Amino acid sequence: MALDNQKINQLLQSFRANPYRIFVVVTPHTGYLREFLVKEGDEVKGPAGKWLEKPGSPLFVLERERNPKTIRAKASGQVAKINWELQGRFVEAFTPVLEIKHTLTQKEIIAELLRKILHIVTAPEKARYFLSPELAQKIEKAGEGRVVVKPGDELAIMSFMKRETPIVHEGPPMVVFRVFFARGQMVDQGEPLFGLCLEEERPYVEKLIARVKEEWPT
Amino acid sequence: MRELQRYLHDLIDRVIYLQDIKGENWQGCALLLDELQKLKEDFYQISEAKCQEKLESLENRLKILEDRAAAALTPYEIVKITRHPQRFTLLDILENVYDSYTELGGEGDINVDPAVICARAVISRRVGDKVFLHQVIVIGHEKGHGEEFRNGGSAKPWGNEKALRYMRVAETEGIPIHFYIFTPGAYPIEDYPGAAQQIARNLYFMSKLKVPTVAFISEGGSGGAEAIGLADIRLMASRGYYSVISPEGAAAIEGKLKEGERPSRELLEFCARQLKITAEDNLRLGTIDRIVPEPPLGARRYDYQFFKRLRYEMIRATDEVILRTKSLKAFRSYALKRKSEEENPPDEFDIYVRWELSEVEIEKLLDLRSKKYRAMSRHVLGLSKRCLKDYFEKTQDVGLRLYHDLRYGLLKQGQRVIQRMIEDLSGEGAAFLKQLTEPIKSAYDLLASKPRRTRAKVVAEETALIDLPELYVSPLALEDRTVTCPNAETHGCPDIWVPDLYGEFCGVCPNCGYHFPLEYQWYLSNIFDAKSVKEFNEDIEAGNPLGFEGYDKKLALAKKRTGRNSGIITFQARIGGISLICAMLIADFRQGTVGVAEGEKFIQACDRARITKRPFLAFVHTTGGIRIHEGTLGVVQMPRCTMAVREYIDAGGLYLVVYDNNSYAGPVASFLGCSPYQFAIRSTRIGFAGPRVIRETTGEDVPPDYHSAENALRRGHIQGIWDRRELRKKLYEAFLSMGGKNLYYR
Repeated sequence: MALDNQKINQLLQSFRANPYRIFVVVTPHTGYLREFLVKEGDEVKGPAGKWLEKPGSPLFVLERERNPKTIRAKASGQVAKINWELQGRFVEAFTPVLEIKHTLTQKEIIAELLRKILHIVTAPEKARYFLSPELAQKIEKAGEGRVVVKPGDELAIMSFMKRETPIVHEGPPMVVFRVFFARGQMVDQGEPLFGLCLEEERPYVEKLIARVKEEWPT
Repeated sequence: MRELQRYLHDLIDRVIYLQDIKGENWQGCALLLDELQKLKEDFYQISEAKCQEKLESLENRLKILEDRAAAALTPYEIVKITRHPQRFTLLDILENVYDSYTELGGEGDINVDPAVICARAVISRRVGDKVFLHQVIVIGHEKGHGEEFRNGGSAKPWGNEKALRYMRVAETEGIPIHFYIFTPGAYPIEDYPGAAQQIARNLYFMSKLKVPTVAFISEGGSGGAEAIGLADIRLMASRGYYSVISPEGAAAIEGKLKEGERPSRELLEFCARQLKITAEDNLRLGTIDRIVPEPPLGARRYDYQFFKRLRYEMIRATDEVILRTKSLKAFRSYALKRKSEEENPPDEFDIYVRWELSEVEIEKLLDLRSKKYRAMSRHVLGLSKRCLKDYFEKTQDVGLRLYHDLRYGLLKQGQRVIQRMIEDLSGEGAAFLKQLTEPIKSAYDLLASKPRRTRAKVVAEETALIDLPELYVSPLALEDRTVTCPNAETHGCPDIWVPDLYGEFCGVCPNCGYHFPLEYQWYLSNIFDAKSVKEFNEDIEAGNPLGFEGYDKKLALAKKRTGRNSGIITFQARIGGISLICAMLIADFRQGTVGVAEGEKFIQACDRARITKRPFLAFVHTTGGIRIHEGTLGVVQMPRCTMAVREYIDAGGLYLVVYDNNSYAGPVASFLGCSPYQFAIRSTRIGFAGPRVIRETTGEDVPPDYHSAENALRRGHIQGIWDRRELRKKLYEAFLSMGGKNLYYR
């Protein structure tokens, strides 16, 4: 579906109506759910620190074979829908225990929107990726979001164990809206490399981002 | 008028300085400052005579305050004096104490490490109408007057490496070294060559540095100070401090403060008082030799009288070091006699002393240095009081020495010479005989149907390590439950049943290889041959030599809980028949921290290994560093033990260190880190300072695996990582491969 003002409004409306992501916390294994360490409405924090070395807030204690294990939050947000009836009872693995209602940040909303509206080129293999020299030159000159690639144009070079494979653009001519990797970065298989959009869609994408930045605090 | 203006500014500076030390509102300081500020504003409105009169009266008031402040300085106020930006720094000393100097290894911020200055300097002395010039190498910390790039005098590892480089230069050229210590502590980063490892290397080298060395301490912050502090004479500024830890650091530990929490002034004062950090305290404890007097509120960068005094003291101390090595008694008595020079240092010296040493004198210098450090802090153990026991021990030592000299010295040397001779002869003979027998053998081979014997003859039988008859199982295994591996999230390790983990798996996760901590008894029982462990010196007892308030109780509790007298166990043992001496720092007793008792036991173990010509193993179950409750008496264990290690290695010993659990700070930065062979058991953490100290000092966070054994290996701090289950085998192999034939004596 092509992007237009109506579509933009729809997308924004959907985020305005529900600016959350729900993380369902399940039991990692069987055991007795001994104690809840939070109550509904509590704010919890996910892992933090530069290396995510600070663990998230404790949620509940799950005990198996006299090994009490504190299950911690993997995302920040507000605790909701606690299954209180599980307290003190034996639970199976992957039983939903509670939900964390995570309020999306401006950055997350933009990322989610871009994922929805852009054509994403993903990494075919875990390798080092370099922007093709021609594209790099064009982006440097014109700026990101201004360069059009035609079918057969080289987008990037995948380099692994001295084997270099070009990644070629297929499909209609498109604008390179976002480059998701730095020069020579090791990217895992399936991770996004480029976000492309049709030339006529570009103003709408920019408008959409501007409106998100306007409406949501950082 | 300009003179008066200068006079006024000087008074304002003095009041601000006083406020910085004693507090803003101390005894009307603020009022005095207000009056001076007002006078400054009205300076051109009042007459010169009136201004002079007013200033004089204000100075009189200030002087009374200064005298009062100086008479009641607390240790923490002394710390503030030492850290004050107006205090003299090494560059001020180089300008005012030495006649000329050339900085080496950098200048200003264009430097290997701006916090460390090395310089080739000239210092002169007048004797009668003659002036004599002495060449010296000056090495010290530069705090700078507000220059941020100096890091407040905290030397980075490469700064200490630079210091070591110029110590080598001084040794090559045979000129004395003057060390100046102005550091709150070493910059605690592990980047190569590593804070701890480099300090250890410096100490190891300084212990046998073949030139006279004199150290002057203004701010002696623990390990950072020791990196250039092992000297023949240690002087200290009367308003300096020398401490095992900063009062702030001690307050954080004592007050159990959370990260970022600021300690109260009372707690800081308490810690500074308890740590015994002042010059008088250190002189009484015997960790320094002399105090260099400063003005009552500390010397500042323009106190030229102080620089004159310092110049005199440095020359005098260097003379003293030199003269102690001379055989002429008259010279020696000159060195020891200090006339009425205490008050006013003279401009002239009585005699000229050439700062050069002969080979014999160098030997004596090193011997005296060794004796000095070995004796340091020993008095607090009260060992010398037990005369009869001492006599027996000495006799035993002589007996042991005689036996081992005979067994592994004379006899083994003789045996070795004969063996070498036989090998040489047989080699020559075989070569000669081969010429004769080869044609016959060829003819035989041609005619005979069976080929000649081709199998190589075994020269030496390979000895195999016999497994222990029964394994000791940790009491931790008695619980019927499971535990979670800390790597479960990242490595997907399943929960482990405790009896399996601490029994069959020896505390190692079967999935990722994570090593769970085990008690020291496990190692005692599972590494060494059965019933081979024979402990010695178990009666040397850790005490509270500084009378640190509240510490007696903690110490008594540790003794009761562990049934041990100190945090180190020293014993003789065998691994696969290899007899060795081992010193084991244990976590159970005050986290394996090192104090006087631990240091003394380590030294005695080292000496026993030297006398009995045995390999020496330092097994670090855990060490949390130097015990802060013993203050500088603890810090001096760093040079003391390193000295013992150096003498052991120089005598031909094989010194091996194995780390387990956590090993940090002073011991790693001295007698452990100086070993040429250091290994770690997997999951060990090794470093100089913990993550919190690094964050608070450098302002930067470190990754969670910053101190891991893998990173220590990557940085070259250790030589290998061992699995606990193979420790006995690995140690046996290491002793054989590093010691080989010469296991007992090189």
